[in-house]
Amino acid sequence: MENFKPNIIVFCCNWCSYAGADLAGVSRFQIDPNFRVIRTMCSGRIEPEFILSAFENGADGVMITGCHPGDCHYINGNYKTMRRFYFMKVLLREFGVETNRMKLSFISAGEGIEFQRLVNDFIKEIKKLGSAQYRIKE
Amino acid sequence: MKKKMKKQKKKRVVRKNRKSGVPKGKQAPDMVSLTIDGISVTTKKSNSILEAAQEINIEIPTLCYHKALSSYGACRLCVVEIQKNGWKKIQTSCVYPVEEGIEVKTDTPVLQNIRKTMIQLMLARAPESSVVQEMARKLGVEDTPFVKRDDDCIRCGLCIRMCRERMGKNVIGFKGRGDQREIAPPFDVESPDCMACGACYAICPTASQRLKKMSNKVKKPLLDEFDAGLRSRSVIRIPFPQAVPNAAIIDREHCVHFVTDKCRICEDLCEAKAIDFDQKEELVEIPVGSIILSSGAEVIDGKQKREYGNGRYENIVTSIEFERILSASGPYHGHVVRPGDKKEPKRIAFIQCVGSRDDEHPYCSSVCCMYATKEALIAKEHSPGLECTIFFMDIRAFGKGFDEYYEKAQKSGVRYIRCRPSSIEEKQSTKNLIIRYADEQGQMRVDEYDMVVLACGLQPPKGMVEIAQTLGIEMNAAGFCKTRAFAPTDSSKEGVFACGPCTEPKDIPETVTQSSSAAARSMELLAEQRHTLITKKEYPAELDVSGQEPRVGVFICRCGINIGAYVDVPKVVEHTKGLKYVVHVEENLYTCSQDSQKLIIEMIKEHKLNRVVVASCTPRTHESLFRETIREAGLNPYLFEMANIRDQCSWIHMTEPEGATEKAKDLVKMAVAKAALLSPLKRVEIDVIQKALVIGGGVAGMVTSLSLARQGFEVFLVEKEKQLGGNARHIFYTIEGNDVQAYLLELIKKVCDHKLIRVMTNAEITAVRGFVGNYETEISLASGRNKIYKHGVIIVATGGVEYRPDEYSYGKDTRIMTQRELEEKIVGAEPQIVGLRSIAMIQCVGSRDNGHGYCSRRCCSQAVKNALSLLELHPKTKIYILYRDVRTYGFKEDYYTAARSAGVIFVRYDREKKPILANDNGSLDVSVFDPVLQRKLEIHPDLVVLSTGIVPNKDNEKIAKMLKVPLNSDGFFLEAHVKLRPVDFATEGVFVAGLAHSPKFISETIDQAGAAAARAATILAENKYYAEATVSHVNDDLCVGCGVCSNMCPYEAIEIVEEDGQRRSKVNEALCKGCGTCVAACPSGAMDQYGFTKDQILTMIRSIRE
Repeated sequence: MENFKPNIIVFCCNWCSYAGADLAGVSRFQIDPNFRVIRTMCSGRIEPEFILSAFENGADGVMITGCHPGDCHYINGNYKTMRRFYFMKVLLREFGVETNRMKLSFISAGEGIEFQRLVNDFIKEIKKLGSAQYRIKE
Repeated sequence: MKKKMKKQKKKRVVRKNRKSGVPKGKQAPDMVSLTIDGISVTTKKSNSILEAAQEINIEIPTLCYHKALSSYGACRLCVVEIQKNGWKKIQTSCVYPVEEGIEVKTDTPVLQNIRKTMIQLMLARAPESSVVQEMARKLGVEDTPFVKRDDDCIRCGLCIRMCRERMGKNVIGFKGRGDQREIAPPFDVESPDCMACGACYAICPTASQRLKKMSNKVKKPLLDEFDAGLRSRSVIRIPFPQAVPNAAIIDREHCVHFVTDKCRICEDLCEAKAIDFDQKEELVEIPVGSIILSSGAEVIDGKQKREYGNGRYENIVTSIEFERILSASGPYHGHVVRPGDKKEPKRIAFIQCVGSRDDEHPYCSSVCCMYATKEALIAKEHSPGLECTIFFMDIRAFGKGFDEYYEKAQKSGVRYIRCRPSSIEEKQSTKNLIIRYADEQGQMRVDEYDMVVLACGLQPPKGMVEIAQTLGIEMNAAGFCKTRAFAPTDSSKEGVFACGPCTEPKDIPETVTQSSSAAARSMELLAEQRHTLITKKEYPAELDVSGQEPRVGVFICRCGINIGAYVDVPKVVEHTKGLKYVVHVEENLYTCSQDSQKLIIEMIKEHKLNRVVVASCTPRTHESLFRETIREAGLNPYLFEMANIRDQCSWIHMTEPEGATEKAKDLVKMAVAKAALLSPLKRVEIDVIQKALVIGGGVAGMVTSLSLARQGFEVFLVEKEKQLGGNARHIFYTIEGNDVQAYLLELIKKVCDHKLIRVMTNAEITAVRGFVGNYETEISLASGRNKIYKHGVIIVATGGVEYRPDEYSYGKDTRIMTQRELEEKIVGAEPQIVGLRSIAMIQCVGSRDNGHGYCSRRCCSQAVKNALSLLELHPKTKIYILYRDVRTYGFKEDYYTAARSAGVIFVRYDREKKPILANDNGSLDVSVFDPVLQRKLEIHPDLVVLSTGIVPNKDNEKIAKMLKVPLNSDGFFLEAHVKLRPVDFATEGVFVAGLAHSPKFISETIDQAGAAAARAATILAENKYYAEATVSHVNDDLCVGCGVCSNMCPYEAIEIVEEDGQRRSKVNEALCKGCGTCVAACPSGAMDQYGFTKDQILTMIRSIRE
């Protein structure tokens, strides 16, 4: 279990959380390397299919990150993400994936340290949960 | 297998040779070749073995080596085995120079034993040092057999070398021999030469306490200005995370190099060779037609005031300091703690009006009430259970949505106490703060708080006097830039404009608005010069890549050591070579350098690349550069993808090179997978009709129209009434005493006379079609005919309406009137207001109450204004103003003060205990409960004046529907962003100004109207409008026209159209901003987003699968 290297996908929106992730880098805040970032323009772009596909393809956890409520570059895309998130949780449960393998967080462009904390915490959490059982049939 | 590895490693070296520009076989005279751990390396003759090893990422343990200093061989951990011509010896690699043909081994059992002994000795010397402990662990040593000493110095001599070689001083040296050896100042006397620079301390691996005894000079840390001095900073730094440009700067005043001409360490360490000590201030002469002054305001340091302890109390902070304490990127990472002992406070007091509304700064700083409320709410969110108390005089929540926020704070448990505390004292034992204050009933109370936040006001910036002198502009009595009454951005000198807090303290929305307004005023002057300084870039014709199989070129950046030191770049290169569609992989020292751009262009041509991937830093800063580069090579700029292997990889995984390398491989793999699916994109070009439609002919509409016309654009100005002027027709003078009617007449004349403005009165818009750049609006004209006008933008300036009260018997008694009616009577010197004994004015009628929850912002000043003019006419009249909070913000506070000294009596009342007016038996009887006296007051005035609020125009709903723009819950138009885009709508091409947006003063309306004109001109200035490229699009075969996408779109960019009996979505690319939320919502998979297609994202997800 100690050596378990989880596969984690972090979706970042271009304007806030991706910039926050960059700031974590510029500030040299150290983060567990077991995650990969996929950038979209807005967290509102994240389709339920992306989440299912991620687990299908071996992800052990998926994090969706966007701007803080009220700060969305596209007026209110993050609110739509919030609503979709709860729906996606139900969907995950239906497919037999633990719902706490998916997380929604808000990180501003100025919160490099928040990016570090939230991602590290999530990876820790996933490490505790172990490998996800839901996989595509080979 | 081993042989194969060796071969690979050799390959690496060949590449290195190429980079240093030395062709293989012909070795430069100052280079030597040797072998380290089986890897051959060619390096500079002057290098030591340690440095040569570091060049090829072989780590040799050391504690006394530093790149910036001469080597010394003190710690002896860096021992290596050297073999040449059969002989073998053990040497310290940091001082042993490289030699031709030697073979070096860095990790043999013999060496390991030597190192173990050395580190055991050091462990005995400095048993508590974490650096030594860490090194011991690395070398497999857990404890030392030697006697442990009470010391923390390992005699590495780094401090001595630092002081001598780099700081140019000789303040410390070694004394004694053998085990008596230790660092000391000459003759054991604290040296007067010490600069207290702290360099010795900074370089000491064990943070030795001995260094503190070398000098009697007090080391003062440089305090970080951005963090309000709550943490220290270095001399060379990026001032704050979002600084523009995001580059490091040197503090010349404190930099040792600039003080002593020595040091230059940063220059040696910077791989990019970006340090330039010779940079000098330059005087540049730029011919300009206009100048805009936006020098801001400065926060008053309230802590230095006598009543707040002259800065002696450690747990009193200023609001700016507290703002940084609350920030996640601040000194305490967002934990609410006291600066003194870093304990979490349980009770925080905020004190308002520190440096505002006092003798020194008589004006109100306008922003402090709201930021204190915000800070209190956020602090409570950060540490649940925290008690926040705000000591205030009046809560001035006058902005749009502010009163709602104030109420939310009250409901969340923020306690508001109406009092200016008389003193604060520190309790010696706990460093808590004791606040003495009188509550509203006059009872003296004493409260204890863990922390006090001073809501400090704003004052003119330092140097304002010099700036004003240089520009030749006048300042006002408070030292801010003086501006004209009905041109609030015009300074006293023509062509010089001012905006933001340098004209008067103000909040963000007003600042942004005024800034745009200043830009509009400037453009009015310079309209003829528009576009004259633009040079157009020519590109080669775009290559057609359609139908071609992807040929991806990948350029992987080392970014000096920024990526190269943590990510094994050659490994990533090798891995990338094996990826599908990849035809060329290149490793660059700096992919962003100019020669790399040339190289990318060459490689695109040489390998017929049709997709390019750069793995380097972040697309946020460098995507545009690389897109430009591939465009120069003839590729569509959207055939480009970036992998962020620096900011989001090497920099955040510095301690895990293997993990970082694996991640970099994956990130490149994902980018390549996406790149293969990229298709060329174009920004849709739309013709712009360079004309504007302005709805509403009040001050806002007229100022906007005039500004746009002066900037050279044709304007259609539609007014529904028979004459221009709007609400301003009923206002006669401002609180400052300026004549509104004279201004209005002049404005109307200017508007009617301008040949580019087509004024239509008695006209209304009946239908609006089209989108940004291309609107068709149907207008019903005075003639009764309807006519269609074409234009590119719309400005909504439909105004507001004075609230007509149904309370206080308004309309049933001529002695009860509104402020506006009173104003007319004052101007007309009507007999009704002559010789009156007393007048009662009731504030907040139709404001801050059920039905109209917002503050109407201007009624307090209106009451003060009318009271002052009445007193001027009839000094004997007694005037009572019954108020809830007096919100005379900014310089209007002066008039509130004047009214009080002129004898106007201000009586406060609570929302729950409103004044009661009876006029049954012929006299007017007002009774009000005075919370200060705790009793009911009876007033029998001759006149009752109701300070009525502003309510939204009833047409707003109709117009909002036609323009597809939103209203807020109060019925005013809702802008795209309350702070940052105060006159824009989310829908491109539509803007708002004046009372249609929210209640405000004439001067603020003028500012907002100017701002709307400036924003509209950003579209009108070009005859083409370029939409985003990464917009949504519909697959007609799959779309069923359900309309989910259209409901999702915040920009009204999607319409459901019916074609051949089929309902389908249609994306207006001009309006789409490319967020992609419609795509995620589409239940039939018919929507997709260019540049972020479903396939592209799914393929990235799939590629994580091993």
